[in-house]
Amino acid sequence: MVQERPVPVFSPTAAPVSREEGLALYEDMVLGRTFEDKCAEMYYRGKMFGFVHLYNGQEAVASGVIRGALRPGVDYVCSTYRDHVHALSAGVPAREVMAELFGKVTGCSKGRGGSMHLFSAAHRLLGGYAFVAEGIPVAAGAAFQTKYRREVLGDQTADEVTACFFGDGACNNGQFFETLNMAALWKLPIIFVVENNKWAIGMAHERATADPHIYKKASVFNMVGVEVDGMDVLAVRAVAREAVARARAGEGPTLIEALTYRFRGHSLADPDELRSKEEKEFWLSRDPIKRLGSYLLEQDLATHQDLKAIDQRVKQVVEDAVAFAEQSPEPDPSELRRYVFAED
Amino acid sequence: MAETLFFEALRAAIDEEMARDPRVFVLGEDVGHYGGSYKVTKNLYKKYGELRVLDTPIAENSFTGLAIGAAMTGLRPIIEGMNMGFLLLAFNQIANNAGMLRYTSGGNFQIPLVIRGPGGVGRQLGAEHSQRLEAYFQAVPGLKMVACSTPYNAKGLLKAAIRDNNPVLFFEHVLLYNLKQDIPESEYLLPLDKAELVQTGQDVTILTYSRMRHHVLQALPELHQRGIVPEVIDLISLRPLDWDTISASVRKTHRVVVVEECMKTGGIGAEISAGIMERLFDELDAPVVRLSSVDVPTPYNGTLERLTVVQPPQIVSTVVDLVGGKI
Repeated sequence: MVQERPVPVFSPTAAPVSREEGLALYEDMVLGRTFEDKCAEMYYRGKMFGFVHLYNGQEAVASGVIRGALRPGVDYVCSTYRDHVHALSAGVPAREVMAELFGKVTGCSKGRGGSMHLFSAAHRLLGGYAFVAEGIPVAAGAAFQTKYRREVLGDQTADEVTACFFGDGACNNGQFFETLNMAALWKLPIIFVVENNKWAIGMAHERATADPHIYKKASVFNMVGVEVDGMDVLAVRAVAREAVARARAGEGPTLIEALTYRFRGHSLADPDELRSKEEKEFWLSRDPIKRLGSYLLEQDLATHQDLKAIDQRVKQVVEDAVAFAEQSPEPDPSELRRYVFAED
Repeated sequence: MAETLFFEALRAAIDEEMARDPRVFVLGEDVGHYGGSYKVTKNLYKKYGELRVLDTPIAENSFTGLAIGAAMTGLRPIIEGMNMGFLLLAFNQIANNAGMLRYTSGGNFQIPLVIRGPGGVGRQLGAEHSQRLEAYFQAVPGLKMVACSTPYNAKGLLKAAIRDNNPVLFFEHVLLYNLKQDIPESEYLLPLDKAELVQTGQDVTILTYSRMRHHVLQALPELHQRGIVPEVIDLISLRPLDWDTISASVRKTHRVVVVEECMKTGGIGAEISAGIMERLFDELDAPVVRLSSVDVPTPYNGTLERLTVVQPPQIVSTVVDLVGGKI
């Protein structure tokens, strides 16, 4: 039997969710899952290339933080190579994300970025950063900018919070520690969200780190660190809301460790040979989408028809995204050199 | 005109640009209270506050990443590398994110960022503090690289770099900070992409930059005595290179010597030499000659250090050898 780290107990009554919010979170998670399943299909059909890292299983984290606690399009989001679903939650249209994966000019990065480099200035998506931990200081820069606008430029409307997502593997990297130090030192309006899915490709978390409790690493920076059940969107939403409120109040950053799991391999190129069947089954039984669905039904916040309607609607959105991507043009070869410099 | 030291010219450039645009700010190690390792930012924090002259922890890769994030979202940071060599620790942020992110994002973001500071071989500072980063960074797309060499061009170029919407690596030289020159009191800017014609001539084109400009100038009197008049061009822009100016001169002199402080292998001169071969092969009366630092870690010992870097007598003898047949 796999010994899993106990997750903190969360009572949904602590942060009640309305029918409308509950359904919106559900839809966002279903969109993430359906989109990623479609990516796998398209990858195996030769429609997209390169390294494609899917988010299946971790949906509660993106949805709970971005949809549950941030103002998408106003607050900043910074992601990693596993960025499709963060982009979707931040409001980047599924069409633009799928078209990017197809390498089309209608993609959010104009076909120049690909799966690991999704960007959208319009949606305040600071990017997918493909090297582990390199996005963390960049996210802190966006947060610094908000503080600077407020304190130096006197812009009282500057109240954005930046959510910076990364994985357990990043937490052994210098940029993690360096940036946590600066963010705490300067009380930057940022929340650091670790998606601890237990595995950095084939390196088990406990084989890579001296203390597997990542949230505790906040304490040396006098920062609040919290752990949360990353398979429970309502729990994630609750801790994220507290963290966002703290950041917005000028009380500095928070480190949130969400205990989660990816239901697929590291990337679609990963044979996924190291994770045990028992471990996978344990985490599959904690599927965050099923969990929220059951909760909404139990609480009479939704009916089976409501959930089914969402599933259908999302399916249409994803099918439409694929059709859009298929029909979109390739980048113009004459524009190969465009975007190297700001004037292009 | 006012007699101005090199570091004062740099400070004036930063001061003027900070006064002009409140989005401009400086960050780096000891830029605030301490005033910068070469006093370029001295007392600016008193005028602009601690957020605009931000003393950072010693964490090069992360404060560079932070500056990039700030630039992406609308600010205009100036990073001071306490010693430019330290920024090897920020290589990833400079290359992947400052250099490539605009392209990778399909134009979603621009990164108006200046990364400036002292570099080059000083006086017995040892290998790590004697780096010349231009050779390492010239292969990164999206970066501009500028090397200043006089108080006059330092000020005009730095002001232009701060107003540029691209990431600019701005190279100063540790041994030039106390150079004096009369510079205009009124505002001026210099183009980032134009080489400076230091001296017109017809016998040979000497392409140089940064401190080596001064070694070339020291070699001139003896060359003149021997009846050789080189055309001396300070490249200023190391990336992109000003091929218009270089080409015009090569078409005139048909002989080229590159005098650089970076190491020979994969250096700026290597790129120039290849470019001249591709563009101007038929114009050449002799192979392009490169005078570069020796391919060794800069030794501490003074004699060995001098041997590592190109010295004026070497420039004289090389030019005489090259032009000799012509005179």
